[in-house]
Amino acid sequence: MSKQAVIAAALLLAILGSAVFIVAYATGGDHLYEGAGLAVAAAGLCAAALGWAFWIVPGEIVVDEIETYPSSPGERAVENQVVAHDVRAITRPRLLIALLGASVASFVAALAVPFRSLGPAPGSTLFHTRWRHGDALAREDGRVLHVDDLNVDSTLTIFPQSAIGDAQSAATLIRLPAGAAGTASGYVAYSRLCTHAGCPVALYRAAARQLLCPCHQSVFDVLADGAVLAGPADHALPRLPIEVGSDGVLRATGDFPEPVGPSFWERG
Amino acid sequence: MTLVERGLLWIDDRLGTAHFVRHALRKAFPDHWSFMLGEINLYAFIVLLGTGTFLAFFFDPNLSKIAYHGPYRLLDGAMLSQAFASTMRLSFEVNAGLLVRQIHHWTALLFVAGICVHMGRVFFTGAFRKPREINWVIGVLLLGVALFEGFCGYSLPDDLLSGTGLRIAISVLLSVPVAGTWLSFLLAGGAYPAAQLIERLFVVHVYLAPAAIASLIALHLAIVWRQKHAQFPGAGRTEHNVIGSPFVPNYAAKSIARFLAVIAVVTALGALAQINPVWLWGPYDPWIATSPAQPDWYLGWVEGALRMGPSFALHLWGHTVPSPFWPAVLLPCVVFAVLLVWPWIDAALRKDRRSHQLLDNPRDVPWRTALGVAIFVFALGLTLAGSDDVQARYLHLPVTAITQFYRFFCIVAPLVGFAIAYAVAAELRARGGVTPAPRVRLRRNAGGGFDEESLP
Repeated sequence: MSKQAVIAAALLLAILGSAVFIVAYATGGDHLYEGAGLAVAAAGLCAAALGWAFWIVPGEIVVDEIETYPSSPGERAVENQVVAHDVRAITRPRLLIALLGASVASFVAALAVPFRSLGPAPGSTLFHTRWRHGDALAREDGRVLHVDDLNVDSTLTIFPQSAIGDAQSAATLIRLPAGAAGTASGYVAYSRLCTHAGCPVALYRAAARQLLCPCHQSVFDVLADGAVLAGPADHALPRLPIEVGSDGVLRATGDFPEPVGPSFWERG
Repeated sequence: MTLVERGLLWIDDRLGTAHFVRHALRKAFPDHWSFMLGEINLYAFIVLLGTGTFLAFFFDPNLSKIAYHGPYRLLDGAMLSQAFASTMRLSFEVNAGLLVRQIHHWTALLFVAGICVHMGRVFFTGAFRKPREINWVIGVLLLGVALFEGFCGYSLPDDLLSGTGLRIAISVLLSVPVAGTWLSFLLAGGAYPAAQLIERLFVVHVYLAPAAIASLIALHLAIVWRQKHAQFPGAGRTEHNVIGSPFVPNYAAKSIARFLAVIAVVTALGALAQINPVWLWGPYDPWIATSPAQPDWYLGWVEGALRMGPSFALHLWGHTVPSPFWPAVLLPCVVFAVLLVWPWIDAALRKDRRSHQLLDNPRDVPWRTALGVAIFVFALGLTLAGSDDVQARYLHLPVTAITQFYRFFCIVAPLVGFAIAYAVAAELRARGGVTPAPRVRLRRNAGGGFDEESLP
């Protein structure tokens, strides 16, 4: 087969590929056939371009001299003189130059100020959540939790009944075997947000009573107030104070004692 | 007179371009394969602009929720953000939408990979030396913007993986001393998760960052054009010339072929290889997590650094510098600062203030080559550590043991890599390159044995 025939075959293949794409598009759009058609079309054109480059275009070598830089010493000297002259002429009124600097700086500052509109002041937002004394613990669908609702060693994502779906308030409720020290009838609740980078601490190792963050593998001790056992988290998982009400409903006795989620400059 | 000739004359009548065009057509481009890597990125960027424009017609960055009804039955009736739902629609209901979306994602991965490989070529051959420091700096900026742009795009669909990635990014921003809290509130429009965040990332992703990348690429190419391409030493090649194929037609034909090759590869990938199936991850809720979870490959090094990072917060006068600051802010800042000033560090170490048109063979500067290898091995260790949970699953080892291994690896392996690369490069330099084995032919003789005949 001659070289031109090879190129012709590649070009015909490209036409075929485009046709496959158009037909695939027109008959409902199976992305597999569409993509295969387009890829074949591009590959055929690519092969043809290579054929042109290596077989049809005469091989040629050219030499360019580098003479564009640096400029000749004479040009550089003249440029320096002109610049020096201009700088002297422009900067003669010294006082105005200082004032110009100050006014440009204030203009830039004025232009920067509207960026303040992008968001509210942090204030104390990160220091508290929506949990209040007496808030019932509720599931994602809003149903309130009673003392018998959870099996031992299972976990559940909970919210304050008045703030379902509030990310900052989300907590993990865990039921430990009855009689576990420091629990409310076996229940403990920890902030759902990892103290490292804010991912949900969603994995529970029931056998070891550990909470594990799937993002960077920080491990927290459920039996020791959420202390960090391993991983990059730098402080314990905040624990939500809870109690079992006389009606059997699980309730918070207050907000988390410290800010939840990742740490920040003002946290102290 | 052909149409092309008449067209050129028409333009010359108005702009006087004959002199420029004559020289431009015959501009010399050296043909070494490693000089083509940058072109792959240019063409990948063009593919990204094309596919991205198509996607932008269908994507809606709104975070308000609607009930989804569509061909993907498993999510029928689910309350999804408009961002997620429009991603579902353009994947399942827009003809060619899924193809274009997958091509876009694959091309983005290729774009960043191409930048890294191109940068490696420039580093190992000393192409960043005077007079090309400006283009090195522009290249480093391009890498930074490309990483940022990629992450913004990855975050748009509001799926479980990307939402988790954004959560981490905002936490990293929070960890910046003094200004972090304010920065994160201004960027996101409030405490995370904030309703405006995806809309803002959308503006950055489709407008600001592409404009920055396009401008930097234009500047990058204009400087290459002005300075002319560097070349490896060889017959006739000096510090004051460049020898290669003429731009038109030889080089242009090959370059067009490379453009088409990039299109063919990413289209085949987009058709055949599924990428980021957001319907499998599901919509994002801040209290739901998925495991294992990895970012796109180019942020694996930051992810790995976060996983291996010290469990250490600095407490200063009633203020906190949290633990993510060290691996995810300080480390990348140091990396990019060193990259930006690298041409001047290199020049100072070599006490070299001359201009260079001839490139280094990597073996001729063993310490630089060894340093490049060490940095590569370090980045590799960080990236591998970013998937320690996956490795734990397959190796049946505790994930903490694997993290510990990579901490060790990231300290020791770069040193070992440095030593080996230095020894190999120094040996090759001493030998003046690899001598090809003598060519011989074996001929059977009458006695049944073999005689060796040497060939020219």
